[in-house]
Amino acid sequence: MALKLAKPEPPMAPPPEDSRGRNPELEERLRWFPPNTHITIRGLDKAFGDTTIYEGFDLNIPRGKITSVFGPNGCGKSTLINMISGLIPYDGGEILFDGKSLSETHISYVFQNYREALFPWMRAIDNIHYPLKLMGVPAAERKRRVDALIESFDVPIDFNAYPYQLSGGQMQTICIMRALVVDPEVLFLDEPFSALDYEMTLLMRDRLQKIFQERGTTMMMVSHNLEDAVWLADHILLLTRKPTRIADMVAFEADRPRTATTVSDPEFVRVQKHCLEIFLKEASVR
Amino acid sequence: MNAIERSIQSAKPLWGVLGLLAVWWLVWKIKVADPVLLPSPQATMFSLWSGMTDGSLWHDFVATVRLTTVSFLLAAVIAIPLGIFLGSSVPLYRSVEFIIDFFRSTPASALFPLFLVLFGTGDLSKILVTAFGAGLVILFNVAYGVMNARQTRLLAAKVMGANKLQTLRDVMFWESLPQTFIGLRNGISLALVIVIVAEMFIGSTEGLGHRLVEAQMLFRMPEMYAAIFAAGALGYGLNWSSVMIEKRIVHWGGK
Ligand SMILES: Nc1ncnc2c1ncn2[C@@H]1O[C@H](COP(=O)(O)OP(=O)(O)OP(=O)(O)O)[C@@H](O)[C@H]1O
Ligand SMILES: [Mg+2]
Repeated sequence: MALKLAKPEPPMAPPPEDSRGRNPELEERLRWFPPNTHITIRGLDKAFGDTTIYEGFDLNIPRGKITSVFGPNGCGKSTLINMISGLIPYDGGEILFDGKSLSETHISYVFQNYREALFPWMRAIDNIHYPLKLMGVPAAERKRRVDALIESFDVPIDFNAYPYQLSGGQMQTICIMRALVVDPEVLFLDEPFSALDYEMTLLMRDRLQKIFQERGTTMMMVSHNLEDAVWLADHILLLTRKPTRIADMVAFEADRPRTATTVSDPEFVRVQKHCLEIFLKEASVR
Repeated sequence: MNAIERSIQSAKPLWGVLGLLAVWWLVWKIKVADPVLLPSPQATMFSLWSGMTDGSLWHDFVATVRLTTVSFLLAAVIAIPLGIFLGSSVPLYRSVEFIIDFFRSTPASALFPLFLVLFGTGDLSKILVTAFGAGLVILFNVAYGVMNARQTRLLAAKVMGANKLQTLRDVMFWESLPQTFIGLRNGISLALVIVIVAEMFIGSTEGLGHRLVEAQMLFRMPEMYAAIFAAGALGYGLNWSSVMIEKRIVHWGGK
């Protein structure tokens, strides 16, 4: 049922209605461009061998928002963001970014395993410069952008050190900075805090929120920690066991900047509890 | 720890050497072995010293160093790019793996006659047969280094928009360096072995191998022992230098 579409134009002036007041063209466009949607996923299929993970999976990722992905172990959270970000292929269906394909879109990805994601033969600063080099940005402009990012992150790191001379939290900070320096349209993060201690996690999610508030980058983050997932998110995408479906898409609308005390906010507590209930229902053995 | 203790600590490797010399001297002194076959340590050291200073041993030493270095560099210059190229495609490497493993397992000395027929008895034959043997060892290690590159790093480069060539140059090459250096270290040791054997058997007029055979035929035992020690020192020195160079370049290794 995956229908191959020519890339539809974004909706502009409403096209003429037909005799019954319906407008198939507009409906088709709205199917691909629901208002405020950045990434549209339609009819996505993915199987590993005989195991079906996704079948006819539809999803809208909102624009300029942080969407957390939460679900049982092995339900396909990483698989989902890896397919969207082009790290692994999918068997069927379509994924569009504002109607554009992945190759026409600037995305960045933060890996869980920062130790293996950084290039240890380059200094931290050169790791951050590298994606800009790939894009052919001239040296002076590169330096300007990297300096501005370092300023805005405001973390005490020796950027001339090699990655293996830094702590885990500092390495993951470098990874996040490397991902942000290109000013991506979408930022994907797969369990970015899972190898960090609690203090570093608080600092990192605060910095991410700060950048998000400055730039409004669409972000999609997988998290194993419900508190992190809710704290950062505008929406929490809850997934079921395999074959994976959407269990719920929960909104969390607390004002930003959120602080350490947000976690005791009644609305936060309510949303977290709601997510936990759905998670327990979905994760329990059927 | 005071200065004296520290110098005793750092002199530890010397103890073994002194012990060996003492045993050797004792064996020579009580004449367990025929003194013609086993000269005294003093006579051997003197032969080593005089051979190095009067230029005869030194000349052969330099000749061997030259052949080994030239062959090794030739091997490295060809094997490293080729290894990266082959390793970057697993199916490609699998298709040539048997040939590489086969010739890697073939003793280089078994190829001497072939290279002699093809390239004559000059240095060219020795250089080529040595480069062939050492090159295969380097090639195999480089290709494995590339094939075992960390998946996350390759994905990171891909998602940052690196094309195939940039990934090869900026990631795979560096990822394979630790394994490449293992290949280079094995390669240079093997190169020295092949060069010395080649100097023994492929009509040579110089080199440590040639000197060893000549000393043996003329029964000049101190000279022969001196040449053995010179060869040992050369092998040790080459290995030590490659470890030092590796530490400088692959500074992230094992971290
Ligand atoms: N390359 C692969 N080959 C075969 N099966 C795979 C592969 N990658 C993932 N899977 C399977 O697909 C399912 C989803 O994997 P995925 O890594 O996306 O889960 P996840 O939700 O991210 O899990 P986790 O909570 O452990 O991070 C798992 O059951 C996993 O075993
Ligand atoms: Mg995962």
